[in-house]
Formats: sequence, structure tokens, C-alpha cells
Amino acid sequence: MSSRYRILLPVLSLAVLLAAVFYLQPRAMSYFGLNLLFNLAIPIALATIAQMMVIMVNDIDLSIGTFVSFVACVTATFLNEAPLLGAAILLASILAYAAIGALIHLRQLPAIVVTLGMSFVWGGLAVLLLPSPGGTSPAWIRAVMTVKPPLVPMAVVACLLIAGLTHLLIMRSATGTLLRAVGGNAQAVARSGWSVTGLKAGAYALAGFFGVLSGICLVGLTTSADANIALRYTLLSIAGVILGGGEFTGGRVSPVGAVIGALTLALAGSFLSFMRLSPDWQIGAQGAILILVLAVRLLFSRHGKKWRVANNG
Amino acid sequence: MQLATGAGGPESDVPLVALSGACVHFGAVRALDGVSLTISPGECVGLIGHNGAGKSTAVNVINGGLTPTSGSVQYTLADGTVGTGAAFARACGIRSVFQELSLCPNLTVMENLRVPHRDLTGFGWRKTAAGRISRALDEIFPDHRIEPGMTVGDLTLAERQMVEIAAGFAEGATPARLVILDEPTSSLDAAIARQLLQHVRRFCANGGAVIFISHMLGEVFEVATRIDVMKDGKIIASKPASDFTPQSLINAMGHVAKEKAEAGSAVESGQRIGGEVLRTTEGLTARKGEIVGLAGLAGHGQAEALARFFMSRSGGLRQVKEPEVAFVAGDRGRDGVMPLWSILRNLTLTHLPSLVRHGLVVSAAERKLGADWKERIGIRTDNLENLILSLSGGNQQKVLFARALASTAPIVVMDDPMRGVDVGTKQEAYEMIRWEAGRGRTFLWYSTETDEVCQCDRVFVFRNGRISAELTGSDINEENILAASFEMQGDGA
Repeated sequence: MSSRYRILLPVLSLAVLLAAVFYLQPRAMSYFGLNLLFNLAIPIALATIAQMMVIMVNDIDLSIGTFVSFVACVTATFLNEAPLLGAAILLASILAYAAIGALIHLRQLPAIVVTLGMSFVWGGLAVLLLPSPGGTSPAWIRAVMTVKPPLVPMAVVACLLIAGLTHLLIMRSATGTLLRAVGGNAQAVARSGWSVTGLKAGAYALAGFFGVLSGICLVGLTTSADANIALRYTLLSIAGVILGGGEFTGGRVSPVGAVIGALTLALAGSFLSFMRLSPDWQIGAQGAILILVLAVRLLFSRHGKKWRVANNG
Repeated sequence: MQLATGAGGPESDVPLVALSGACVHFGAVRALDGVSLTISPGECVGLIGHNGAGKSTAVNVINGGLTPTSGSVQYTLADGTVGTGAAFARACGIRSVFQELSLCPNLTVMENLRVPHRDLTGFGWRKTAAGRISRALDEIFPDHRIEPGMTVGDLTLAERQMVEIAAGFAEGATPARLVILDEPTSSLDAAIARQLLQHVRRFCANGGAVIFISHMLGEVFEVATRIDVMKDGKIIASKPASDFTPQSLINAMGHVAKEKAEAGSAVESGQRIGGEVLRTTEGLTARKGEIVGLAGLAGHGQAEALARFFMSRSGGLRQVKEPEVAFVAGDRGRDGVMPLWSILRNLTLTHLPSLVRHGLVVSAAERKLGADWKERIGIRTDNLENLILSLSGGNQQKVLFARALASTAPIVVMDDPMRGVDVGTKQEAYEMIRWEAGRGRTFLWYSTETDEVCQCDRVFVFRNGRISAELTGSDINEENILAASFEMQGDGA
């Protein structure tokens, strides 16, 4: 019962927020306005999907923000000047993610500690690459990110694509099901003869892959990079997963929800600007929105439990 | 509708699995001590025994999850090939339905089938999975109300167990030929358990084999063609089910240690025991100075009953100087030892509030208390400042005893405290418990070992989370405890 309607709450909170934005600023209700509103949500949505991959296997990734920053720096320098080398670096970083996943499982290390450590590694590498803001976005990325499809703005199309493809990958495919099973009951998976280490490495590799996509998209939008460009993504991505109906443990995640959660958080920023709230207060206000949505969810799940108990007699 | 069993009739004299002299040692513990058995198509083997008799280990060896330390396990495939190892066990069609639920609660019923069934890949796998699981459910539990698209976490406990059983029997790339059912009916009601038993009989009649583990002897008698009794890691009796009676089965399981029980407990228990000091809602009572035992098969609610009682008498927000209840943990790693602390710190933990002056710990008093208890219970170390993990398991347990006994708590709760403790330490601990009881302390003692329970003044036997018997005095013996822990008749019989 509850799991089927889990997606309703994120959809509802996005709709309410969107309605509020349109009410405050009716001009946002246009092709151009929507694109502006959701433009910067694309890399956040991708980072949230990356975070979701890790949360799916009961871990948490505190390095995704610095990792996306690192990827952005690589994209604005190597990928622009020496595409082959740049691609090789990005590929190696995805492999590094997989290795971290395997290491965390093999040595039974707490993911929170390992990824916190890695966040300094990625951050350090990013600073080495670009000590001061700069670099240039490769032209083809810029072209992709500024494409103007008919009727629906590119930002919306991209979000639909991300949500749809990751839904197929995680919720529908046989491999995705196995990955979620690791989060649900790793012991049962191991007992059926699967390599949990391999599966966890796979989940982390997917996280690395979506992190790379996030960094590339970000550079495509901003045209240059900076070593600290995406630091706030770490917390935004965790909040996005939870806002989208995911849970920290038990492999209960929803890719569609995660994308909606990311959009909600991005929109919350715009909403607060339209309210003429000073940027100093925005982070606190975003937190308040998060707490509000989670509180509503808790109320619903309590109610659902009571209903079920009553029904079972 | 009939499930393919795959096991053909003609080669039914060739055993599916053959164990010969299989031993499994975990350190010094012999979980399995030279087990030989064969299981042939068409057989339903009832495997019974008390806690720690080695049933689960035997199951894990048979399904390939554990490699025996010595001895061999051989599987014969449907085409006659012989082999060993976990991959062969899977190819042979050996499926296990475990007692503790092994489904993923976040997945749907059909998605759960993906974990054991490796061939479910590619386009349209969901449809195949849904077909397999609903056909199996339809056949075993005719009027179940489980849809393949339901999330397992939303199902009731009984429904989850039904799904798990159905997955064990469901058709797959390799059809099920031997299904191991470990306490399959523990959360099913009588009518549904009956459907399962009927299916097991049908499955065996069609050439499949089943290993049936249950504490409901009635059920075992109903389905088993052969009953193997395990004790101390060995099979001590293996006969056709018709050669056993429920009474002879209980006798075979136990070893009677009557004289031992007489020795300790009856001593001046008359003047030792005073008025009632506790009574819980489930009917657990204890009097001042009494040693009360909680017995029964592991996991039937004893630890939960202790925890509920303990939490009701402690765990308030305020710091109390004189706790009402002290706790001795059996699972030292989980709820006993602070692994990074010294022996002394571990020992004085409960008593700490009375060692405090002006908010600071008086270290001289702490050391004195430590030295005192080191003397009294003989902790084998030259320096109490050593790390707790430098001690052997038995000595760590002594520290936990000292932690509880050093407090002034009138009631001591013990959750299987002798787990993995050597015999010498056990004897010392029994001595200590009796002495403390003589001084007016009340002990609530859950133990999985019958001869420990026989040390008690009064014993409550638990079954399915409820008290099934209360034994006192000379009634406390292994036979009575076993009889109360195993259901003589299956619920449905």
C-alpha cells in the first residue's frame, strides 16, 4: 500500500512549490522561464541519482560534491584541450569509485568515513587542476546544454529523460533489482551465491558515472569551472534522495522521486528569491521546507501503519 | 496444475546428496562432528534436535553454504554427474527455505525471485518471475491473496513465509529436487500449515525430496518418511518415522542428568527464598533470593521477555544511583563489552554513579573496587588497566558478571551469559550466582543449556513467545523441559 503511493508526496510538494512560484512570478510560466527555473537543476538531479545509487546499497556518499567539482575541473581543462586524455581521466575516476565501493564492503569500513576522506582527495585534485576559477567548456557540451527543442524547454526534457532512463535501469531491469536487493537483505543475496562485493562495486561505479555526467552538464551550463563549484551538491543530493521518497537504509529508493526531489530543492531556491528573501536565509529556509515535507511523510506513514493494523484485525 | 519436479523415477535409488563423515569446527567448537547421511528422491527426512545440536550447520553443509572442515559432500545431478561445492548444489536443484526470513522487504514478490533464480534476466523477466511465483503459490496455498506485484514489506509475517516457501518450490532453470524447510510453519496458522504439509507429501510422491525441520513433533510425524535425531553435532538415531513414538523421540533427544540437578539447587532454598519481587504481564514471577530460569528453544521469546522486563525497570531519563535491575549480557560483542576500554573501566561501568564525587570519578575508589572484584571472582590478568579484549571469552564474561554484581541492584537479569564460556569458568559462575542468591539477590536466568536451567529454583519454559510451562523443584528435569518446548501435537492435528 504505502510503497505504491510513496511517489505522491514528492510530486505534490513539487506541484505546490511550482504553483507558488507561478503565483509570485507569472512570467515564469513560459518556455524561457521554465528553462531558467530548471536549468541548474539538471546537474543537481544527476548528482542526486549518483547519491541514490550509494544510498541504495545502504551506504552514503559524502564525496559527491567534491567529486562533481573535480569532474567539472577536468571537463573545463583536459576534456577541452585533450579530449582523449580527459575521457581517460573520467573513466579512471569511475573505476576509482567502483574500487572504493569494493573496499568498503571487503574491509567492512563505514562508508561515511571513507567517502568523507575521499572528498578531500577529490577536492585536492580539483584545486591542483584549477587553482583559480577558469577553463573553458568544450563546444559540443555547450551545444548540447543550450539546445532548444520545440514546445518543451531543454531542462524539462533532460529531467524527464534522466528520470525515465534511471527508472528503467534501477526499477525495471534485472540487474537493478539485484542492486536494490543488496540494500534490502545483503545476506540473502550472498546466500544465493552472488558476489555482494561485485554488486556494491557496481553500484558505486554507477554513482561515479552519474557524478561524471553531473560535472559535465554543470560545465556546459556555466561555461567554466572552479574547484569549489559543486560543494553544496553533497547535502543537496542527500536531501533530494530523501525528499523523493527514498530511505537511508533498506534499499528503498526511487529514481523518479530523486529527480523530483532535486527539482524541488532547486525550485525552493528560486521561490525564496522571488519572495525577496536574503540569500543568507535561503539555506535555512530550504532546510525548513525539507523538514516540513519529511514531517508530512512521517504523518502519512504512521497513519498507514495504523490503517494496516486495523485491517489485519 | 503440477510443478515439474525433474527428478525422474528410475534413478531413485541414487542419492541426491551424500554426506560422509562431515565435520565442521568453528575454533574449538565442533558444530558438526562426523555426520553421514544420504537423501534420495522421494524421501522426506525429519531432522530434529535441541538447540545447538547442529541442525542449522548440517543444513548449511547440505546446501553448499558451508564447506566441511573434513569429510565430503557429494551431489548427484539429474543427468548422473557427480560433484561437490556450492555451484553443484545449485545445479542439483537444492533449495533452502530458512527460518529467519531471507526475503528483501523492499522488493516486490516477483522481484524477490530474481535473487535465487539466476536465469531471470533480459527482456520480459518480470513476466516469467510473476508466472513462476504465482503458479507455485496457487499450487501450495490454493486461496492465498498474494499478488506478484505486492511489496514484501507490506505483507504479514505469515504471507512472507508463504512467499518464501513458494519460492523454494517454484520452477526455475534447474527444477527443485531437494527443498530444505527450516521451521517453515513457525508463523503460519494451522490451516495454512496443513496446506504446506499436503504439498510436501505431494512433492515427495512425485520424486522430490524434502528435509523438514520443525519443533512441532506432530508435523514431523505427519510428513516424514525418516527421522534423523541430532545431538552434539552427531546423528544419534536415524529410523523410519513409523519406528518412533513422540515419547521415544524426546527420550532420544535428551541425555538425562538428574543427579547433577539435585546437587546444587535444593540446598537451603527453603530459608533463602522470600517474598515476590516481580511479576510481568506474561506471567513471569520471581521471589527474593530466587534463581528463576527461562528455558525453551532459542528464539521463542525468552530474550525479549527479559529485555521487556529490564527496560520497564530501567532506562528512564534520570540517572539513578541505585539501579533496580542489573544486566549480564550473553552476546558480549553486541551488548556487553566496550571493546576499546580497559578491564577496569568495563568492570565499574554500572557502579560508576556511586564512585563519583563533584561530578568526577574518584579513581582511587574505582581501582579499589576493581581490585576487590578481581580477587573475588578471579579475573586472570596481571593488570586491570589492560584492554578488555586481551582477556579470554570466559574472563570477559567474568568482568560482565562483576559489573552487574558490583551494583546494588536486587534483581540480576542474565541473557544466556554462559555462551562460549569454558567449563571451569561456568562452575565458578554457578558458585557465585548461588552465593549471591543466598544474600537475597534475585536472578532471572535465560539459558539455552538444559543443565544450567536445572540449577534453578523455578523454571519457565517458553514456546512461541508464551510461557508453556512452569516447573519447580524435582519437576525441573530435561525431559519435562523438552516436552514443554516441543509441541507434542502439531497445531492442526
